[in-house]
Amino acid sequence: MKLTLKVWRQANATASGKMVTYPIDEVSPDMSFLEMMDVLNEQLIQKGEDPVAFDHDCREGICGMCSMFINGEAHGPDRLVTTCQLHMRKFKDGDTITIEPFRAKAFPVIKDLAVDRSAFDRIQQAGGFVSINTSGNTQDANAIPIDKHDADKAFDAATCIGCGACVATCKNASAMLFVSAKVSQYALLPQGKVEATDRVMNMVTQMDEEGFGNCTNTGACEVECPKGISLENIARMNREYLTASVKG
Amino acid sequence: MGKLDAKIPQGPLSEKWTNHKSNINLVSPANKRLIDVIVVGTGLAGASASATLAELGYNVKTFCFQDSPRRAHSIAAQGGINAAKNYQGDGDSTYRLFYDTIKGGDYRSREANVYRLAEVSANIIDQCVAQGVPFARDYGGLLDNRSFGGVLVSRTFYAKGQTGQQLLLGAYSAMNRQIGRGKIKMYNRHEMMDLVVVDGKARGIIARNLVTGKLERHGAHAVVIASGGYGNVFFLSTNAMGSNVSAAWKIHKRGAHFANPCFTQIHPTCIPVSGDHQSKLTLMSESLRNDGRIWVPKKLEDAKAIREGKLKPTELAEEDRDYYLERRYPAFGNLVPRDVASRAAKERCDAGFGVNKTGEAVYLDFAAAIERYGKEQAHVKGLDENDAATVKKLGQEVIRAKYGNLFQMYEKIVDQNPYETPMMIYPAVHYTMGGVWVDYNLMTSIPGCYAIGEANFSDHGANRLGASALMQGLADGYFVLPYTIGDYLSNDIRTGTIATDSPEFEAAEKAVADQLNAFVNTKGKNSVDYYHKKLGKIMWNKCGMSRNAKGLKEAIKEIKELREDFYKYVNVPGSTTEFNEQLAKAGRVADFLELGELFAKDALERTESCGGHFREESQTPEGEALRDDKKFTFVSAWEYQGEPAKAKLHKEDLKYEEIEVKTRSYK
Repeated sequence: MKLTLKVWRQANATASGKMVTYPIDEVSPDMSFLEMMDVLNEQLIQKGEDPVAFDHDCREGICGMCSMFINGEAHGPDRLVTTCQLHMRKFKDGDTITIEPFRAKAFPVIKDLAVDRSAFDRIQQAGGFVSINTSGNTQDANAIPIDKHDADKAFDAATCIGCGACVATCKNASAMLFVSAKVSQYALLPQGKVEATDRVMNMVTQMDEEGFGNCTNTGACEVECPKGISLENIARMNREYLTASVKG
Repeated sequence: MGKLDAKIPQGPLSEKWTNHKSNINLVSPANKRLIDVIVVGTGLAGASASATLAELGYNVKTFCFQDSPRRAHSIAAQGGINAAKNYQGDGDSTYRLFYDTIKGGDYRSREANVYRLAEVSANIIDQCVAQGVPFARDYGGLLDNRSFGGVLVSRTFYAKGQTGQQLLLGAYSAMNRQIGRGKIKMYNRHEMMDLVVVDGKARGIIARNLVTGKLERHGAHAVVIASGGYGNVFFLSTNAMGSNVSAAWKIHKRGAHFANPCFTQIHPTCIPVSGDHQSKLTLMSESLRNDGRIWVPKKLEDAKAIREGKLKPTELAEEDRDYYLERRYPAFGNLVPRDVASRAAKERCDAGFGVNKTGEAVYLDFAAAIERYGKEQAHVKGLDENDAATVKKLGQEVIRAKYGNLFQMYEKIVDQNPYETPMMIYPAVHYTMGGVWVDYNLMTSIPGCYAIGEANFSDHGANRLGASALMQGLADGYFVLPYTIGDYLSNDIRTGTIATDSPEFEAAEKAVADQLNAFVNTKGKNSVDYYHKKLGKIMWNKCGMSRNAKGLKEAIKEIKELREDFYKYVNVPGSTTEFNEQLAKAGRVADFLELGELFAKDALERTESCGGHFREESQTPEGEALRDDKKFTFVSAWEYQGEPAKAKLHKEDLKYEEIEVKTRSYK
């Protein structure tokens, strides 16, 4: 396959960036999108040019490190995949592909396609945990049976990989899907219910401080989420928040 | 360096850990506030250790090269975590888990460490549930279990095919709580460049901020290496792209012995290589072997027809299939340990029975499981058990609930639907049992420097059983290191803050800066990946699933030549003072180029076959691995002496007090 890539190049956080066009051939349909980027970078290095910086690590869709806004969609045109799981067979010979970083005020660009998502970590630090010591001196794991449906829903929410596709996709750059997934996971489990009030208040406060936008229920985040995190979680978080506000 | 002392406590095996914990020195809560500990790596071991040390009151500084601690590659572990809970009432016990792990490791792991691991395993599950880890449950609301290779009980706890993710996020949440309280200072996008040793003790590290390129000095009273394994020395492995040996290798060069480097796990069920562009391999969890049957065609002509696309696997009659694991190992069948399953797949493919274009793939087939589950569900729901379409649909639903994410991953990569046609799989490098040598306290041969999780060598011998890596990472981090480190630090309560303006820090930082400058100034003709791929090919062809003296000697020579070429002709673009991924990679590949040579040397010296280390010269007439207990019941601990070729071998003899060393049989 022969392709034309239009890639966002930006030297560092303070530099201004621009789109640069690169022709690329010898792309195999069996390559992953990031392997195609490896080929591009190998060519740039051979030519003595600066390779394109992008985040990636596990390359199997679970670490959440890869990002990229491809042809106007977070993680590209396929559904329920991250960029590293996107394969070139989803494109046609001769296609032009536009590649940009995840853009949001709370995700400043570090270089080219790599952005700083540490705002997500800070939201988790504000309350994304159960306050229990790791001494191992807890009760037996089977002491509290948990309704399978609740356990399964908690698991589904917990599969969020923290990639930030929801934020990049949202026209308001809202982090509600990400935050609600964590709030939901704990709200659905007896172990997390104990401090549910503080948790939702603290996490939402931090989310606002980081400069994420508001949720206007357009649902784009759910469509682009590589893990299929449901909007139902946002509804649950809103209930939790309301309850907490009344209590607080 | 003196003689190796594993410091195994006296007394009966089952009481060693309890007695040891009761007798080691403690640091008072007031003094813990005066002590700094550095943790490198945020996988299960590093994250759990950081959280627990901070909870105890130490000041913790934690480093990871990724953009967030949650990205560490433990996140990708799929199948599950073992624990001797015996919830299924199938005869499990601490002793049985201990026994299975020792036997699975082919009698090359340290007995006392493994017993302790089995002992604390049950606590891990309690801890994780209390943290809100959403394990799989049954309809009664209790925890569910599955079975893994090399054992005859169901002791594996799981969260679909994402157990590692859920456990890591649990440990990450415990860390976040401590980061929020200011007890852990987290350094994302930082790489450890060297260990600083002052007066014979580990006293800090040189780190590089990967965003700005700036070198930083960090002092501490102890340094914990939790940087994972070195499978990426093979270039292609199931490890993450960034996984590297550098932290472990740097401490090796500072005096920590490196143990059993040749003990590598080649995992039997990975998605086969599709072409030269391939950057990494993807695992299909061992849990799939609970329900998948492995086979190749019985006849060579059928295999050929399949490779040429003239025959579909689903068209091949039952009697024309060779379920070779069930045939060779009737007792364990498809659930033999990983090393055995991998070698058996290679044997069939080498004999010409491979089923994909490259001839390096076997089938993992779910049709029988789909039918079995489908019939069961049809019976439960009162539907017609003889209606094939209904049975298939119901069966596929069960399989989807159990392994949905794995099937989706497979379909995305291979572009085939594994619900309809068998998966194609082939062995790939997955885990390294070898690693930094540690004593019973998990301390390396450098006082004050510890190694935990996959980075150390102690628990898995020559072969790791499935679902034991997660267990070891969390056991080390939550329940072992936080106790044992206190014994050492109790002598450091009056030391005060470690100054970073000493000549040792100065020299270490300068050496790091010099190497980085050398990389960007070489301006050679070959990219870093060029060298990494070449190294990987040597490793895979000559130090892979089967090894012989001739190949290993060639590997040693070729790796050395490649390393020399690398320093002459590597091309690292950009500068040292910016976000430069190629520069970071160059440092990691430089270390792999040294480790690879030691790996081959270790494999050459160990002329027996054991676990994942198969020497062609040492096999039974049936082609099974043949151990040589008389000569090789020891740990090879290598001391660095300037270059890998000169490394000095120290032997830690392995003594088994409570277990009879037997030939490992899964027949």
